Order: sequence, then structure tokens, then C-alpha cells
Amino acid sequence: MNFDLTQEHQMLKNMMRDFANEKVAPGAIERDKTKQFPTEIFKELSDMGMMGLPFDEDYGGAGADTISFAIVTEELSRACASTGITYSAHISLGGAPLHLFGTEEQKKKYLTPICTGESFGAFGLTEPNAGSDAGGTQTTAKLEGDEWVINGSKVYITNASHAKHLAITAITGTDNGKKEISAIIVPTDAEGFTIIDNYEKMGLNASNTTELVFENVRVPKENLLGVQGNGFKQFLTTLDGGRIGIGAMAVGIAQAAFDKALRYSKERKQFGKSLSEFQITQFKLADMALKIELARTMVYKAAWLKDQGRAFGKEAAMCKLYASEIAMEVADEAIQIHGGYGYMKEYEVERFMRDAKLLEIGEGTSEVQRMVIARHVGC
Amino acid sequence: MNIYVLVKRTFDTEEKIVVSGGHIQEDGAEFIINPYDEYAIEEAIQVRDAHGGEVTVITMGDEEAEKQLRTALAMGADKAVLINTEDVEDLDQFSAAHILAEYLKDKEADLILAGNVAIDGGSGQVGPRVAELLGINYVTTITNLEINGDTVAIKRDVEGDTEELETKLPLLVTAQQGLNEPRYPSLPGIMKAKKKPLEELELDDLDIDEDDVEAKTETVEIYLPPKKEAGKVLQGDLQDQVKELVGLLRTEAKVI
Repeated sequence: MNFDLTQEHQMLKNMMRDFANEKVAPGAIERDKTKQFPTEIFKELSDMGMMGLPFDEDYGGAGADTISFAIVTEELSRACASTGITYSAHISLGGAPLHLFGTEEQKKKYLTPICTGESFGAFGLTEPNAGSDAGGTQTTAKLEGDEWVINGSKVYITNASHAKHLAITAITGTDNGKKEISAIIVPTDAEGFTIIDNYEKMGLNASNTTELVFENVRVPKENLLGVQGNGFKQFLTTLDGGRIGIGAMAVGIAQAAFDKALRYSKERKQFGKSLSEFQITQFKLADMALKIELARTMVYKAAWLKDQGRAFGKEAAMCKLYASEIAMEVADEAIQIHGGYGYMKEYEVERFMRDAKLLEIGEGTSEVQRMVIARHVGC
Repeated sequence: MNIYVLVKRTFDTEEKIVVSGGHIQEDGAEFIINPYDEYAIEEAIQVRDAHGGEVTVITMGDEEAEKQLRTALAMGADKAVLINTEDVEDLDQFSAAHILAEYLKDKEADLILAGNVAIDGGSGQVGPRVAELLGINYVTTITNLEINGDTVAIKRDVEGDTEELETKLPLLVTAQQGLNEPRYPSLPGIMKAKKKPLEELELDDLDIDEDDVEAKTETVEIYLPPKKEAGKVLQGDLQDQVKELVGLLRTEAKVI
């Protein structure tokens, strides 16, 4: 048993902390207001070799492990959760399915530009009537000669405006009356493919969230990703990894909220004492620190299991569920400790709460995480 | 080109520093590469990339300093040397310069870079002393470096003004803020850093007798600067305020 980060992990954490403090944090309030995508930050992350973090060097990746991914995602999210989710989705939803299920040729063609940062990674799964319940999927892909013809729409798709291509799920047939779902790689400049970027969101304003519309979009037959009919199974595997990213994001936001609350409680004086001298504040901060510590430990454990090549589905769901819920609680308490100031955008804690809320919803709601965990523990 | 960078591990002065029993408490302190040395490392990497050769980073200290060397390797340095001085009780600028010069004397360095000053001790002496001992040219607080053959054009910071001068290799320079913007180590850089050579030497390996490098100075006391008190806002008639201010400057601040 060893709870220490390796020297590389520690170095990566220090470096990402400096980078996040110096380059990511300064514009976070402004980007939340203007909804400006953090393009410059991602140029630098590309130069630093971060965009292909866990993928093979053959495709321009860095071959690093999942713990490294969690460290980078946490540090970015601590400074700006919009940057954090863009990064997490890029790696775990955009790159990972290509890495896991792509042929050699597909990886060369589609994973490489993701690793170099030339294209952002995205994944088209959710539909107006389908998310974790794949049965509601309505998008279809029909094989006509050597081409898939795709029709339908997707909602809430992260990063698609900045992607050159993305994998989507579609019905490719029926199997014993059940919908057969497959994953297909679609270039974003394909004819008939429209990407709409006009959601008005509660938080994560600087991240790109889009609607996809497919009208007779034709892609070559060989764009099938993985096995025909395995689209749903593949997507479940993809989401297991994605949940570690969401967990790491949540830990980052919670840590940021805690840091602000601690600093403020030492500065703010009421009734002749600093807030941190009141036991009520001390107990709040102690609980916040405790929850963050537990959440981070769970994120690292899920990441570690994945790196060992062991089953990690249960732990990934646990870390995602716990971390996202405590991120909301910690952000809420951070606002409370700030009082009226906390309600003001300038003090940032209100943004942490708006950003954190998505983590209880995206990549499987808290309710779906409980379903997953229940299944794993034998229900 | 054979390039060496002198690096010091220092505590992060942006973090809280605790002094107890005349020593800075190392427990809980954050340690970093001296920020001025980061400019030196960055410049060394840029010079190597432009002119070829090899960058070796050197530090003195205990095994903990390996972390700072690995960070320099992750930034792009090729090799690292740790001169272990854990067992030496008292070291000062004289000792450091002597030890480093002993190591460097037969290395045929073309260019040696160091930080202009370390943010802990702050003497700014080690670089120039090493150059003196090696008998090579040195220029301190440089803000620009251009190498053409063995001719080196330098801009240096002189109390806010810029001095331009020309000199020859071999040369030692110390880096001032503004020389460059140190890069963040890349992820592949971090992954490769562990595989790069890091040599650990004892003073014995350099044929140095501990007594010969004994500190020439003695630290009498270490203390934190006085805590900043809340300011005083003078009130009342302007005439009275001026009188009060003069009085305070004389009796309290004792500056007049």
C-alpha cells in the first residue's frame, strides 16, 4: 500500500498548478461572462504535450497514466472548470473511444490530430430522448452501398464546434426487435452536418456545448468505429473512463471553493474576530476539507485501478457520484462563508457552484451512478 | 557547445516561512528551483537548440535537490549533477563557489549560466566567484545573450538602464529577470526526465577536503522582517496633521 504520488506525478502536479494559476485562472471570470472559448490556453496545452496525455506515442500522445489525467483535469478545473471540462471531454470522450476501439488506420487518421491539439475531441451520444437510456436513440445510419447515410440529431455535445471529426452513436439495424446501436466517425465538415452553438447555460459558460443535426450525412462504410451493434457497450466503457475525469473536475472545483473560503474566513472580521476563529466556521471548513480529501482519494483509486488494468467501473461511478455531490456542497458552503460577497461574481464562489451543478448531471446523473453502483454491489 | 547551469534549490518565498531556533523550518515549506536559475536553464536550452551541444545542470545539496534537477531535465536539460553536501555542516558562498569550480575546472565549459541571485541567501556571489576561480570572463544580470562563433553580445541590466557589451567564450553569465520566459516542462519532458542521466557526487569524488571549503562567514541570527502594522490615518485640521506627521516621523519612525 502506498499513497504517495510518484516523482513524475508530483512534478506534473506542480507544473500544472503553476500553469493553472498563471495562465488559466486570470481570465476565468471574464470568460464566464463573455462565453469565450479558452483557445489560447489550449494552444499552450498542446505545446506542452497535454492534449494526447494517455494515448500512445505512435499517435503523438504522451503515454501517461490515468492518475496523470486526473491530476491535470483537477488542476485546470481548480482555476476554470470550463477549461477543465473541455480538456476532460477532449481526452476521455473524444480520444478514448478512438484509442479503445479504432483500427490502426482510424487511430492514425483521427486520434493523431486529437493528440497534437489540431482537433478537439468530442463524442455524440445524447439525444433529446436518449442519454444513459440508449433505447431512446433515434438517430439512424443506413448502409447504402459503401456509405452510411445518417439522419437525426444530438444534444448537449461538448467541443463539437472545435472538432474536425467525432464519433456518434446511431441505430444501424434491429436485432431480435431491439435497436442495434453502432458508433460511426463523422467529419464535422461533412455535407448535411450542422453544428449549432447557441445554448444558454447555467454554468461552464466558456466551454462549447452544441446541438448536432444530421440530414442525409454520408460517410464511408469504414468509418464504423469498433464492432457493428456494439455501440452501446463501447459507450459504457468510454463513460467509465469519463467519470474519472468528472470526479477529478469536481475535486478541482471543490478545492478552489475551499481555498477561497479559507482565505476569506481568515481576512473577514465580524464581532471583533476573524470568521475562522468562530467554531461554526472551523467546523464548516473541517467538513469541507474532509470531503475533498475523501473525494480525491476515491478519484485516485479509480484511476489507479484503471492503470492496473483492473475493473474500475464501480469505483469510477463512486468517485463521480461522491465528488460531484461534495463539490456542490463545498461550493454552497463557500458561498455561505462569504455571505453577501459570495453572491457576487467577483468573488468566484458563485461560479464554482454553477459550474459544479453540471457534474451531478453529465456523463450519467447521480441517479444513474447509483444504479450503476447498485448493480455492481449485487442488486 | 558545452553548457553548464548552476541551480539552487530554495524554499518558495511566496509560501509561509517559519523560523524557529535560528533556522528556517523545512517541514511544510515548499521548495522550488531558484526563479533566477529558471531563466538560466531556459537560456541554456535555447542556446543549445540554436547552436547544438549539451546542457548539464548542477546543484549542491541533499538528495531532496534531485527533484529540482529532474524538473530542469523535464524542461529540456540533457544531464544533471548533484554534488551531495549533506554531511558538510556550514556552507557559504565561498564554499559553494569552491566546490562548483572544482567540479567545473576540467569540464571545458564554453558557457556557464547561473541565476543573478538566489531568493534565499541573496548574495549574488556564487556565479562571479566560480568564474574567478576558473579564470574565465563573466557578466552579471544579463537580459539578452547573442552568440556568434566565440563572440558574445550581451545586454545587461544596470540599475534599470541597459549596458551593451561584447565578450568571448568561455564565459559565465548570471541571468536577470527579463532574459526570457522560462517554459513549463512539457508532459513528454516530464516522462523522459527520469531516464536522463543524473550523477551524484560526494566531496571525496572531487578530491575536496571538508576543511578546505569551510564557511568563511558566520550566520549570527535569522529572523523574519517585522510584521506590517496597520497604517495610521491622521485626522483634523491640515496644519495639525502636518505637525503630527512631523512629530511621528521624528519620535516614532525616527527617520528625521
